[in-house]
Amino acid sequence: MININEVLETNKMIEKENLDVRTITLGISLLDCIDSDLERLNDKIYNKITTVAKNLVATGEAIEKEFGIPIVNKRISVTPIALIGGSACSTPEDYVSIAKTLDRARKDVGVNFLGGYSALVSKGMTKADELLLRSIPQALAETELVCSSVNLGSTKTGIDMDAVRLMGDIIKETAERTKDNDSIGCSKLVVFCNAPDDNPFMAGAFHGVTEADAIINVGVSGPGVVKNALESVRGENFEVLCETIKKTAFKVTRVGQLVAQEASKRLGIPFGIVDLSLAPTPAIGDSVADILCEIGLEYAGAPGTTAALALLNDQVKKGGVMASSYVGGLSGAFIPVSEDQGMIDAVNAGALTLEKLEAMTCVCSVGLDMIAIPGDTKPTTIAGIIADELAIGMVNQKTTAVRIIPVIGKTVGDSAEFGGLLGHAPIMPVNRYSCDAFVNRGGRIPAPIHSFKN
Amino acid sequence: MKKTIITVVGKDTVGIIARVCTYLAENKINILDISQTIVDDYFNMMMIADMSTAAKSVSEVSDDLDRIGEEIGVIIRCQREEIFNSMHRL
Repeated sequence: MININEVLETNKMIEKENLDVRTITLGISLLDCIDSDLERLNDKIYNKITTVAKNLVATGEAIEKEFGIPIVNKRISVTPIALIGGSACSTPEDYVSIAKTLDRARKDVGVNFLGGYSALVSKGMTKADELLLRSIPQALAETELVCSSVNLGSTKTGIDMDAVRLMGDIIKETAERTKDNDSIGCSKLVVFCNAPDDNPFMAGAFHGVTEADAIINVGVSGPGVVKNALESVRGENFEVLCETIKKTAFKVTRVGQLVAQEASKRLGIPFGIVDLSLAPTPAIGDSVADILCEIGLEYAGAPGTTAALALLNDQVKKGGVMASSYVGGLSGAFIPVSEDQGMIDAVNAGALTLEKLEAMTCVCSVGLDMIAIPGDTKPTTIAGIIADELAIGMVNQKTTAVRIIPVIGKTVGDSAEFGGLLGHAPIMPVNRYSCDAFVNRGGRIPAPIHSFKN
Repeated sequence: MKKTIITVVGKDTVGIIARVCTYLAENKINILDISQTIVDDYFNMMMIADMSTAAKSVSEVSDDLDRIGEEIGVIIRCQREEIFNSMHRL
């Protein structure tokens, strides 16, 4: 039988160390909504989302209460809209009408983000893909909580450099259109290499075409729990350090697995995966950077950071896979800057640079995330940053992503304020040398040699 | 059996257990086990209770205990047992 110390340990994690289930994300396929008439298409999309997801929020809240574990977000991901709108949309504005429908459906079912305003263009763009890409700035400016993602490359296909170059412009234009709010539109837009089909986290969640009609994916969190567990093993060797992280990750993930199964049972929707990510928030004590400091660094970004992050990421996975029957999504440590007070402090102290962050993304999940850069950064430079990050993902057969915010009207020394879970970020300097001739070449980068496994 | 774990944390005063037990008895909730300990000068009590004959749902009981906790100046939580089992048992 459970003893009092175990009960107190769990409740301490929840109350003092910010243990929570970060998100229950309901993936919904919109493939059966496809129609050549735009108005009918919009109606079908609205009806499908509001039917399938009608009990999502209430169910999440009931589970929260009965188990005493906060479930911070209830979200929806849908099939990439470029595929759904292909036969009905002939202009970017047509696609924007779908974004507005998604936002309306989201609002009516009460979820706090909807992802999947997306295109998968890792080898090339169809006309529909390009229309969707060009509609992104307007769609993100005119909707509230719809998220957009674009897969620009993969280990199997190489990198679509035409799309990378175009996204440089799109990110800049998205920033311009939301410049009155520190270019916040860009916080809802992420580009990927090797994007997973079942990621429950925003802004990159979409419901892949390989998925079932509807599916429940759960993202766990708990950087504060890991940090706290490590405080008790200060000065111990790496074996003890790694064991401690692994055991903690196991416990955190088991809670995610429980919530996922319970939600799946109550909603009558199959359970997909648990995403084992350490996802920070701007709250004090909910920081991945603080874990790195606890491992032994003065600041995130100091020499040793990449190695510390590599072991952290690996131990989280090793503890987590045993705790869940299906693991997927991004699964690893997230290192967003604006959403992690420890990262913000490291940038302000001059310990953490864009280049070091790029190195860190080689060994953890996701990539350059929630990084504010000067508003006068050229679109070609943004494309160059994206190409670098995607190359890391392509060659290392992992997911990488870029969610970067050129904050219009601000420069190094200023700070951008996004609010809520998105936090705030100091503007980071960008290498000012040009890559224009490189990104303007056109075409695509071929798949790397080790992708040919057949 | 539908087990829930009820925890009480706060400054020790007269009648905490009596108050919680009275509420549970009124609502036909059977107590299977009680243990308590003092951590950092705080009174910590845990009860394992069976709710299969309870007149109310777990969330209603949770709300009621929350209110009782406020009245007597302690924090009372009521959670389904599965969260602890999943975290601490293979």
